[in-house]
Amino acid sequence: MALLDVQDLTVEFGTRAGTVRAVDRVSFAVDKGEIMGLVGESGSGKTVSCRAMLHLLPAWQVRRASGRAMFDGQDLLTMDDAGLRDLHGRRIGMIFQNPASHLDPLMTIGRQVAEPLIYHQGLGAKEARAEAIELLRQVGIPDPKRAADAYPHQFSGGMKQRAVIAGAVACRPDLLVADEPTTALDVTVQAQILRLLLDLRDRTGLAIILITHDLGVVASTCDAVTVMYAGRIMERAPKQELIRAPRHPYTKGIIRSQPSRAEPGRPLDSIEGQLPALTSLPEGCRFNPRCAHAIAPCRSGEIPLEPVGADHDAACIRWRELQGAAA
Amino acid sequence: MTAIELPAAPSRWRNISLPWTVPAGAAIVLFWIALALLAPLVAPFDPIAQDLSVTLHPPEAGHWLGTDNFGRDVLSRLIWGTRIDLLMGFFGVLFPFIIGVTIGAVSGYAGGIVDAVLMRLLDVTISFPFFVLIIAIVATLGPGLSSFYIALALVGWVSYARLVRSQFLVLKQSDFVLAARCLGFSRVRIVFKHILPNAIMPAVVFSMSDAVLDILLGSSLSFLGLGIQPPTAEWGLMIADGKSFIATAWWISFFPGIAIIILAVGFSLLADGFAELLGAKD
Repeated sequence: MALLDVQDLTVEFGTRAGTVRAVDRVSFAVDKGEIMGLVGESGSGKTVSCRAMLHLLPAWQVRRASGRAMFDGQDLLTMDDAGLRDLHGRRIGMIFQNPASHLDPLMTIGRQVAEPLIYHQGLGAKEARAEAIELLRQVGIPDPKRAADAYPHQFSGGMKQRAVIAGAVACRPDLLVADEPTTALDVTVQAQILRLLLDLRDRTGLAIILITHDLGVVASTCDAVTVMYAGRIMERAPKQELIRAPRHPYTKGIIRSQPSRAEPGRPLDSIEGQLPALTSLPEGCRFNPRCAHAIAPCRSGEIPLEPVGADHDAACIRWRELQGAAA
Repeated sequence: MTAIELPAAPSRWRNISLPWTVPAGAAIVLFWIALALLAPLVAPFDPIAQDLSVTLHPPEAGHWLGTDNFGRDVLSRLIWGTRIDLLMGFFGVLFPFIIGVTIGAVSGYAGGIVDAVLMRLLDVTISFPFFVLIIAIVATLGPGLSSFYIALALVGWVSYARLVRSQFLVLKQSDFVLAARCLGFSRVRIVFKHILPNAIMPAVVFSMSDAVLDILLGSSLSFLGLGIQPPTAEWGLMIADGKSFIATAWWISFFPGIAIIILAVGFSLLADGFAELLGAKD
C-alpha cells in the first residue's frame, strides 16, 4: 500500500469572481522511499494540492477541499487540525522555495532545529541541542557546533536550506513535501541540495513529494513524475518512461523547452500562450488553446486520464496518433 | 558533501557596526539613572529644606545652580527630581506597553470580530485629543503620580496596540510561521516563541521616544498643578515655580529645562540607534 494515496483531490477557492477550482480531481500516490515529482508551471495547482492536503491554506480562502488523501490509513482531508498538528513535523515534514524567509530571524539555527525534538519527542534542551548539531552535520553543514549558535542572517541561501531540511527531518518523518526547494538557489547549490535529499531518502527511507517546474531537477532526482496543468493532471509515469516517451503534448512541450536543449543560433522552443485564468478555463482539454494538435473533440467534454503504458497515464484523446509527433 | 565556508566566529552583531547613537544615548541615560540612584550621596542640600537667608541667589560657590525663592538649592532639587522624572518615564511607558502589546497581539492574531471590536475601542480612544483626555482623566482622579500612570495606561496603549497589531498581521502570514506550523507546533507556542519576539521590536523602539513624551507630559502636568505636588522636587514643577521670577532669577527654571532636554536627547538617540539596528538586520 502506498504511504500517501491521494484520490480525486479537488480544491475550490472563493474569490470575488466566484468559486474557482484550483485543483480538479487530482490523484497520485507516493510509496515509502519514493521521490515523486509534481511538475507544472506556476499556477498549475501543484503547491495548492499539497497545502490543501496538509491544511496549510487559510480557512477563509478555501471554499471546499474534497476527495481523499490517505496517509498511512488516515484521511488527511477529514482529519481535524489537532490530529494534523500531531502529524506535522513528526511524520510529515515540509520545506519551501525560499529558505531565507522560512527561518525565524531571531532564533539561532541550533535552537530552530532542536525545537521539534523538544516539542515532539520531549527531549531536554541539552540532548536536543546535541541532536540538532548531529543533524546539522548530517545535512552537510561544516563546523555544526558553531553553526548551531549562528543566526539565519549569517547563513548563505544553501546553508539556510540545509538548516530548514535538518529541522524538517529532525523527527524522522515518513514523508517530506519539498515545495520548489532549489528554485531560489544557484545551480551548484541546487545540485548539492538535491543530492542531500537523495541521500536522506537512501538512508532513512523517506518518501518525498518534490514540487518543481524544472524538469532538470526531475531528471536527476525523481522516481515518478506527475505533470499538472491548470489544476488537472495531464500525465503521470515513471521518470525514465516520461522522459523517453512523453504522451501528452504538454509534457512534450515542457521537455522540448528545457534550456539545456538550447542550440546556438536557434531560438529555444517554447509553448505559445499562457496558463488560462482559473476563472475562465477552456472547455474540454485545458491545454487545447495552446496545443498545436487540438481538434474539435479536444474543445468539448471531459478528457479522462487513460492508461497509455505500464504505470503510465495521459489525458489526451489523440495520444495514439501523436506518438511520433513532436509537441 | 561539499563544504561551504561558514563566516568565522559567529556572534550576534558581527556584521553590523553599532551606530554611534546607541553608546551616546546609553551614556546620557545611564548618567541620569546613576544620578537618581546616588541622589542622597551627591546632592549637597536637602531638596525641600528652606533657607530664607539665601533666597534667589544666582549660581555661586556652594549653590552651583543658584537658589529659588525659598532659598532651596536648585542643584539638589534637580538631582532629586531626576528620580521622579525617570520613574514617570519608566512607569509611564510600562503600563501602556503591556496593555498595548497584549491588545495588539490578540487583535492581530485573532482577526475577525475580535479585531473589529478592539480596533473600534482604539478608534474611540484616539478620537479624543491626547492631552485633553489625559488632563481630563487626571483632573477627575485627582492630581498625583498614580492618576498620571492610570491616565497614561488608559490612553497611551493605542500606539503600542497599533504597532504590534500591524506586525502580527504581517507575521502571522509569514513564511517562518508557516514553517513553524509545518513542524506541528501549537498556536500558543508559535505566537509566543516566534511571532511575539519579532513583532515587539518596533514597540520597543517606540517606547524610547514615548518615555521622553511621558516625562514631558508629566512635567507639563506638574506645571499645570495636576502632577507632582509641591514641595516635592520635580523638573516640570521647578520650571513652573520659577516662571514668576524668570526676568530676575532665570536659573530656577533654566536648569531643570536643560535637564529635561538632555534626558530627552539621550532617549531619542537610543531610539534612533535601535531603529537603525533593526533596519540593518532586515
